[in-house]
Amino acid sequence: MIGVELQKLVRRPRTWVAVGLLCLLPTIVAVFLATTRISPPPGQGAAFLSAVLQSGSLYPAAALALVLPIFLPVAVAVIAGDSVAGESSQGTLRYLLVRPVRRTSLLLAKLVAVVVFVVGSVLAVAGSSYVVGVSLFGAGDPVAVVRALPEVTGGSDAVAGTGPEAAAPPGGQVGGSDASSGGQAGAQRPGADTGDATAVDPDAARERAQSSVSSLSGEALSPADLAARLLGAMGYVTVSMLGVGAIALFLSTVTTSSLGATLGALAALITSQVLVSLDAAASVTPYLPTRYWLAWVDFFRDPIFLRDITAGLWLQAGYVLVLMLAAWANFTTKDVTS
Amino acid sequence: MSRETERSGARPIDTALVIETRGLTKRFGHHVAVDDVDLHVAQGARYGFLGPNGSGKTTMVRMLLGLVYATRGEITVLGRPVPSRVAEVLPEIGAMVEGPAAYPHLSGRANLALLDAAGPRRRSGGRRRRDRIEEVLERVGLGAIDRRPVRAYSLGMRQRLGLAGALLDQPRLLVLDEPTNGLDPHGIREVRDLLIELNEAGTTVFLSSHLLAEIEALCTTVGVVDRGRLVLEDDLDAVRGPTGRLVVRTPDPDAAARLLGRAVAERHDHTLVVDAAPGGPPALARHLVEHGVPLDGLVEQRRSLEDVVVSLTGPGSDTSRSRRNGAGP
Repeated sequence: MIGVELQKLVRRPRTWVAVGLLCLLPTIVAVFLATTRISPPPGQGAAFLSAVLQSGSLYPAAALALVLPIFLPVAVAVIAGDSVAGESSQGTLRYLLVRPVRRTSLLLAKLVAVVVFVVGSVLAVAGSSYVVGVSLFGAGDPVAVVRALPEVTGGSDAVAGTGPEAAAPPGGQVGGSDASSGGQAGAQRPGADTGDATAVDPDAARERAQSSVSSLSGEALSPADLAARLLGAMGYVTVSMLGVGAIALFLSTVTTSSLGATLGALAALITSQVLVSLDAAASVTPYLPTRYWLAWVDFFRDPIFLRDITAGLWLQAGYVLVLMLAAWANFTTKDVTS
Repeated sequence: MSRETERSGARPIDTALVIETRGLTKRFGHHVAVDDVDLHVAQGARYGFLGPNGSGKTTMVRMLLGLVYATRGEITVLGRPVPSRVAEVLPEIGAMVEGPAAYPHLSGRANLALLDAAGPRRRSGGRRRRDRIEEVLERVGLGAIDRRPVRAYSLGMRQRLGLAGALLDQPRLLVLDEPTNGLDPHGIREVRDLLIELNEAGTTVFLSSHLLAEIEALCTTVGVVDRGRLVLEDDLDAVRGPTGRLVVRTPDPDAAARLLGRAVAERHDHTLVVDAAPGGPPALARHLVEHGVPLDGLVEQRRSLEDVVVSLTGPGSDTSRSRRNGAGP
């Protein structure tokens, strides 16, 4: 059944349109950057954009930062929201079920198809932006790459150290170009979520920042190291999207309208983004699906900062597990009347 | 019609039941869609499930296939309980429920290939998927379709494609909901001939329809459903049984009426409806001819299915609920 679902995914023109659009945005940004050579000052604009002028091989990271807040979640919500509801409204669901395809395996196959779509889109975005980045900006010299990194990571750590209230600059670094991702500032503030972490982390963060600055002169980021960090970031972004996919998939079993399921999932995400940035909602912030979305940037710290990444992975796993159980409970017991 | 006699001759008596339900009831909220239905479909039958729109036919079909779960009652299909063991039964059933459905951006062949791949693992036999698909397409008269996407198909073509999908696994039981919807008269005839052919090869056919003529032309057994209740279930020949009267057509109706006297129940022009006397049609014919009354024809009067159905059911339950012509069983 998984094979059948993958075939359906691959043979659907919409899939390729979505992937194409995802790759298009970073390409447009890259063309503007390359023609004007005006880079956002360090600390403003999407993450890594100021760095890519020196090394195009860092552009995949910048591209991920560009598609992460809106484009990627929308694409995932569209695909996952349509997965069961689309078949239902089209009438093909009943014919699949009387083949017979067991409802549980249909649901699993749908989940696998969503995962494959996310992996495929992240790979496509990273791959296309690597090609675009290197051809427009050149591969750059490794030292420049290393020099570029502490500007991002060190900057945000420094802010977190001086005071968690000053949330704007780190948020601006990562996703400040659009309003809804302002809420992501939290992800850039290690220690801002809990009191004791605030007490512990700033020193550690400052130390880390200093150590990465001190490594600037000497060690270069080897291609293998860069590739490993990029792969880590891509994997983390993929996992971050699974929560969205699970929300949309669950809603897709509830309604027969794919649009309803998609919009429902997006509404949940926007709510989450708003609450993440709201200090009054601090008590629920650690459990919101978008809370750790931007932790992938931590793969480019030196050394890699794992705390938020780990928390994000557990959180997404929890969302996927709970929502898939809910989807299963709902789908296996419901009357298929469409 | 020679088919008529074949039908009654081929009808298996006292064979195993392919579909059986006991007290089957389905409620959607306060609306009772199916109400305490006991259905009996014999192996090898062509069963017509007849009822007006909105009478619960489709809900019934969905319950038989495990798509909708019953509120109360039991279902046995091919000897196994549904829905608990429906997965064992479905591979032997070909079904069309409430109109065909397909992925609109794919061709008919691609749709069948996906459907085939989604199905249970093939038993040994090693026939290849492409051959199977070509065979069923040929059977339903779509052998010549090109690579156009289903989006561009007419309703009739979609209907045939749906039927092809139902035939993929050479099912023992066909459950078809309004299978001739959208077909032209020629297509309806083709589908009917195909179903009879499959039935004669051993496939039991369960067909639901609101079209009386379709059921009358195809089926051996009829179940009539009205507002969720099964109001009649019998062999079609028994339903359309003799009324106990004979229809006499004669160029001299006055002479015939004089001769038969009080036995004449109705008289229209050259036709008399006469209470049957002992000896049946031959005796009456001899009696008339011996007394010099010429005869054009003499047959037993039979009820039409339409008369029976109208007397048993009210107007379509999606229209008025206030009038009800006949009483239930």
